Amino acid sequence: MRRGVVTRTRLILGVFLVFMLVAPLVLPEFQITLLNYIGLYSIVALGLVLLTGIGGLTSFGQAAFVGMGAYATAYLSTVYGMSPWLTLIVGLVLTFAVSLFLGFITLRLSGHYLPLGTIAWGISLYYLFGNMEFLGGHNGISSLPAINVFGLELDTGREFNYLIWSLVLLALLSMQNLLDSRSGRAIRALKGGGLMAESFGVDTARMKIIIFVHAALLASLSGWLYAHLLRFVNPTPFSINAGIEYLFMAVVGGAASVWGAVVGAGILTVLKQWLQDLLPKLLGQSGNFEMIVFGVLLVLLLQRAREGIMPLAVRFFPAPEKLLPPLAQELTRRARPAAGEMLLELKGARKSFGGLVAVNDMSFAMSGGEILGLIGPNGAGKSTVFNLVTGVMPVTGGEVHFRGERIDTLSARAIVPRGLARTFQHVHLLPAMTVLENVAIGAHLRGSKGVISAALRLDRTEEAMLLAEAARQLARVGLSASVHEQAGSLALGQQRILEIARALCADPVLLLLDEPAAGLRLQEKRALAELLCKLKSEGMSILLVEHDMDFVMKLVDRLVVMDFGEKIAEGLPKEIQTNPAVLEAYLGGVK
Amino acid sequence: MNSEIALFLIQDGLTNGAIYALLALALVLVFAVTRVIFIPQGEFVAYGALTLASLQLGKLPGTAWLLLTAGVAVAAVELVQALRIGAVRRVPAIVLHYVLVPSAIVVLAWWVAPQKPALTFQVLLALLLVVPLGPMVYRLAYQPLANASVLVLLIISVAVHFAMTGLGLVFFGAEGSRTPAFSDAHWKLGVLTISGQSLWVLGVSLSLIVALLLFFEHTIYGKALRATAVNRVGARLVGISPAMAGKLSFTLAALIGALSGVLVAPITTIYYDSGFLVGLKGFVGAIVGGLVSYPIAAAGALLVGLLEAYASFWASAYKEVIVFTMIVPVLVWRSFTTHHIEEEEE
Amino acid sequence: MSALLQVRGLSVAYGKIEAVHQVGLSVEEGRIVTVIGPNGAGKTTLLAALMGVLPSRGNISYAGGDLAHVEAEKRVGLGLCLVPERRELFAAMTVEDNLVLGAFHRYRKRDKSINADFEQVYQLFPRLKERYRQLAGTLSGGERQMLALGRALMSRPRLLMLDEPSLGLAPLVVRDIFRVIAGLRETGVSILLVEQNARAALQVSDYGYVLETGEIAVEGPSAELASDPRVIESYLGLASGGAG
Repeated sequence: MRRGVVTRTRLILGVFLVFMLVAPLVLPEFQITLLNYIGLYSIVALGLVLLTGIGGLTSFGQAAFVGMGAYATAYLSTVYGMSPWLTLIVGLVLTFAVSLFLGFITLRLSGHYLPLGTIAWGISLYYLFGNMEFLGGHNGISSLPAINVFGLELDTGREFNYLIWSLVLLALLSMQNLLDSRSGRAIRALKGGGLMAESFGVDTARMKIIIFVHAALLASLSGWLYAHLLRFVNPTPFSINAGIEYLFMAVVGGAASVWGAVVGAGILTVLKQWLQDLLPKLLGQSGNFEMIVFGVLLVLLLQRAREGIMPLAVRFFPAPEKLLPPLAQELTRRARPAAGEMLLELKGARKSFGGLVAVNDMSFAMSGGEILGLIGPNGAGKSTVFNLVTGVMPVTGGEVHFRGERIDTLSARAIVPRGLARTFQHVHLLPAMTVLENVAIGAHLRGSKGVISAALRLDRTEEAMLLAEAARQLARVGLSASVHEQAGSLALGQQRILEIARALCADPVLLLLDEPAAGLRLQEKRALAELLCKLKSEGMSILLVEHDMDFVMKLVDRLVVMDFGEKIAEGLPKEIQTNPAVLEAYLGGVK
Repeated sequence: MNSEIALFLIQDGLTNGAIYALLALALVLVFAVTRVIFIPQGEFVAYGALTLASLQLGKLPGTAWLLLTAGVAVAAVELVQALRIGAVRRVPAIVLHYVLVPSAIVVLAWWVAPQKPALTFQVLLALLLVVPLGPMVYRLAYQPLANASVLVLLIISVAVHFAMTGLGLVFFGAEGSRTPAFSDAHWKLGVLTISGQSLWVLGVSLSLIVALLLFFEHTIYGKALRATAVNRVGARLVGISPAMAGKLSFTLAALIGALSGVLVAPITTIYYDSGFLVGLKGFVGAIVGGLVSYPIAAAGALLVGLLEAYASFWASAYKEVIVFTMIVPVLVWRSFTTHHIEEEEE
Repeated sequence: MSALLQVRGLSVAYGKIEAVHQVGLSVEEGRIVTVIGPNGAGKTTLLAALMGVLPSRGNISYAGGDLAHVEAEKRVGLGLCLVPERRELFAAMTVEDNLVLGAFHRYRKRDKSINADFEQVYQLFPRLKERYRQLAGTLSGGERQMLALGRALMSRPRLLMLDEPSLGLAPLVVRDIFRVIAGLRETGVSILLVEQNARAALQVSDYGYVLETGEIAVEGPSAELASDPRVIESYLGLASGGAG
C-alpha cells in the first residue's frame, strides 16, 4: 500500500472523531441538545439502514423498540432502584425476545406484509405503554437516575453527549465490520439475491431474523440512552409517527450506507427544529406542520434520488484503494470422485404443476469426469429437470440420487454442501457488489464465522482464506483483471463466467450450468467452450442444459434429448444428430 | 352482559364494520390495480367528514384551496411533459381538467356554502371537493414511480399520509367535529333500539358494494381494472394504460373514503388525524383477505368492527391494543397458508 | 410502395447490456415477415421495443408516422398488436371477457362493429366459443394460444406481431396455428412473426431476417433463406449435421 493515501472511510472517520471530541466543549447548550438527539436517532436509523437499505425489509415500528428500552430502564431503575447498566441488559434481553417473536411471525411473509405488520404492532405497543397503570399511563415515569460511568455522574447534556456518540461510533464501526464479512455478504444478498444465496447455502430466513433483531436491539439501546438523558419517559416519542420519522431518516440519508444513518438523522432533526420555529409563524397557528414538508420532501426524494443523499455526498471523497486479497492458506477441499464413479442418477423423476405435466418419467445417469448435455426445444422441460436436481422444486414422483445418496427430499440449501453447484439461466448477480465479493458468496458454506465474530473482527483469518479462494477461482476462469469492478458493469459473457467462478468456489464435484451460452456473442461462446474444456481436463463433471446445438455438440461426451417433458433420445452426439425423433422435435415443420 | 347490551354492541360493531369493509374493498382495489398500499385512504375519510362539517358551518372548507393547488400542480407536471414531446394539442384539455374544473367547483362551493343548502347538496359538494384529490395525488406522488417496488410505493404512501395529515391540521385545526345525523329516527325492535343513522350507514355501504360489483362485472372500465389487476403487461398490450387504471382506482378509493367520512361523522367525533386509525382498521380487514380477496376482506373488516365494539365494552382502554394485536394471529395464519416462493422485486 | 413498418438503427439495452443492436427491417402492407434466430438472440426484445413496452433508441416509422413518443397503449389504437411469448392472458377472467378487453380501445371509440368481430373470432376458433364462460387460466396450452390470437384480432390490428406462437405446443396444434396465420394474410393483416421453429416460419412467410446476438446476420426472401447455406449452417445447424 502506498503511504499517504487517505481512504474514504478513514477521512470521514477522522473528521467525525475530531468534531465529536471538540463539539461538546465549544457549542452552546441548545446545539448540544440537538447533537444529542441526532446521536440517539442515528443509532435507530443505523438499524434501519441494515434492515431496510441493505436487507430490503421495511419497518415502521422501530419507535416501539425504542420505547421498550426506555420503559424497561425507567420502570426497573425507579421502582426497584436497579443500576441503569443492569436495566440496559434487561431491556436488551426483553427486546431480543420480543423482536425474535415478531420477526419469526412476520419475516416469513412476502415483502409488504412486514411493514404493515410493523405498523400494527407499532400502534399496539404504543397504546400499551400509555394504558398500563404500572408504567404511569400517559403521564409516564419521571425522576430516573443518572448514568454513572466509572464514578462519573452523567447529569448534563454536555457530558452525556460523549456517551451517546461513543455508542454511535461503536455501532457504526461494528456494523461496517459486519457488512465486510462472510455474513455481511449473505445479508447484502438478501435484497435481490435471495434465491441465489439460498442455492449457495445461505439460510436467508435466519439472516433476516438476525438483522431484524439487530435493528431492534439498536433501537432499544437508543431508548435506554433517551430515558437517562431526559430522566423521564412518556409514550409520545414512541408513537407510530416517530417510527415513520426514523424510516424517513434512513431513506433520506441513503439507506444503503452506514454513514447515511447519521446524515439522515442530522438533516431531519435540524430541519424539523427549523420548521417547528418557522411554520407556525407562517401559518399563524401552532401544530406539527413540519409533517407536510417531510412528506412532500420524501416523495420528491424518492422520485428524484431514490438512493438518498449519501451516494451524492460520497462522490467528493477519494475512492478507497483496492488490493488483491493477500495470499492465505487454502481451504480444505472435498474428495474427488473417481472417473466412472456413479455421480447423478434420475429414476423416473416426474413433476406436474396442477394438471400440467412438465417432466414425465425422466431417467438418466452420469458418472464422474463426464460432460453430459441435456438438450431440447424451448419449453421441453429442461429447466424443470434442472430445478428438480438442484432442489429448487420438489419432485412429484420418482427419485434423484447423488453419489449414492437420495437428494430429491432435500432443500436447495442442503444439496449444495454435498458437492453440487449451479449457475442460472438469467444471471443472478449482485450488481452493486464487486466481482470478488460476488464470487466469495459461492464459498459461504466453506466458512463458519458468524455475525458476532464479524462485528468484532475475529473472523479475519477465515475471511482472508475465503477471499483468496474467490480470487483463485477468478484466476482459474480468467477474470483476474476485473476482481474489483462492480459485477453489474461486466458484459453478459463475463457475467456468465463470473457465475461459473462462483459455483467453483463452492468446491463442487458436479457443476450444473443452465443455458450458459444463451445471448453470448461468438467470441464469448468460444471463450466459454474453452473454459469448460479446461475444467473437464481438470476432472470436473458438468451437466449442461443448453438450447444451442452447435455449442453442445463439440463439447459433450453424451447427450440426453427432451421434448414435451419426456426423454426422446440419449446417446453420443453423432448418434443424436441423425436421430429422426430429434430432427422432428427440433425442426418441427408444417408438412 | 345481558342480551340487550350484546345486541347493541352487535349493531354498533356492524355499523363501524360496514365502514371498515368499504375501506377494505377500496384498499384491495388500489393494491390489486396499482400495487400501492394506500395508507392515505384514512385522510380521505377525515377530509370527507371535516369538509362536510365546514360546509355545515357555512364556511368554505380548506380542502377547496388544496384542490386548486393540487390541480395547478398536476397541470404544471402534465404541461411540462406534453411540451417536451411537442404535443401542443393536449394543452387545452390539461388546463380544462386540472385548472378550470377545480376552479369551477371551488367557486360553486364559495357561492353556495354560506347559504347552507340541504344536507344532500352539502354531501355532494363535499364529495366534489374531496374526490378529485384522489387521482391528483396519484398523478403527483405515485405515477412517476409506477414501476417501483411495492416497498418504495409503501414509503411514498406513508409520506403522502404525513403530508395530508399535516395539511388537515392546517385546514381544519386541532378541534374535532361531529356532524348532525342524517336521520334522528329510532325504532324499537324487541329489546333493541335501531338508530336511523345505523341503517343509513348499512344501507349506503351495501348499495355501494353492489354498485362496485356491477361496475366490475358489467362495464368495460370495470373489466379493464380487473384486467390490470390480473395481468399488468397483458392490460397494456390491449391498450389499457396503467396511468388510466391508476387514476380510476384512486378516484374510486377517494370516493369510498370521503363517503365513509361523511357516514361516520355523525357517529364519532372526527379530528384531522382520526382517519389514520379508521383506515388502518380497514387494512386489518384487507390483510385478512390477503389484499386480494374482496369478500374475505369485507368479512374481516366486519369482524374488526365487532371486535372493536366488544373490546370497548370490556376493556375500553385497551381497545386499540386488542384490534391491532389481532393482526398478529392473522399474520401467523397467513404465514402458514401463503406459499412462500418469493422472488424479490428490484 | 412505402412499407407499413420501417425500422432503422434500432437498439435496445437492459442497463449496460445491449440486447438488440442497430437493427433495421421493414414490413410491407399485407405481407408476412419473419425474424428467426437462436435463443437469446434478442427476438423477443425486438418485438417488445416495437410495441413500446421497452424503451429503445433508433427510428420506428409506422404507417408514415414516427412512433418515438407514442406509448404502448396508444400504439394499440393505431393498429399495432403484439401476441407475446408468454401470451399474457387475463387468467382469472373468462374467455369472453378476454376477447372483450381485446377490443378495449374500440369500446372507448364506441365502435359498432365489435359484435361482428366476436362472431369472426369464434368462427376461426370454435373451441373458444364452446368455452366462452370458462376462465382463461383453465385452458390448455393450445387453447390459450388461440385465445391470445383471438384477443389480438379483436383489436382489429393492421400489423400483428407474433412472438413464438408455436412455443410449447404439440405438433398438431402448431399446424393449426400456422394455418390460421397463413389465412390472416387474406384479410389484409400484415404480420411480423418471430419464431425458433425456423422451417415452419420460413414456409409461411414472404421475407425473413436472421437475428444473431442482437444483430441482423442475414436477410432475404423466405424461400431463398431456407436454402441459404449460411442459414442452414448457423441456425439450422442440426440439419447440416443430419445431412453430413
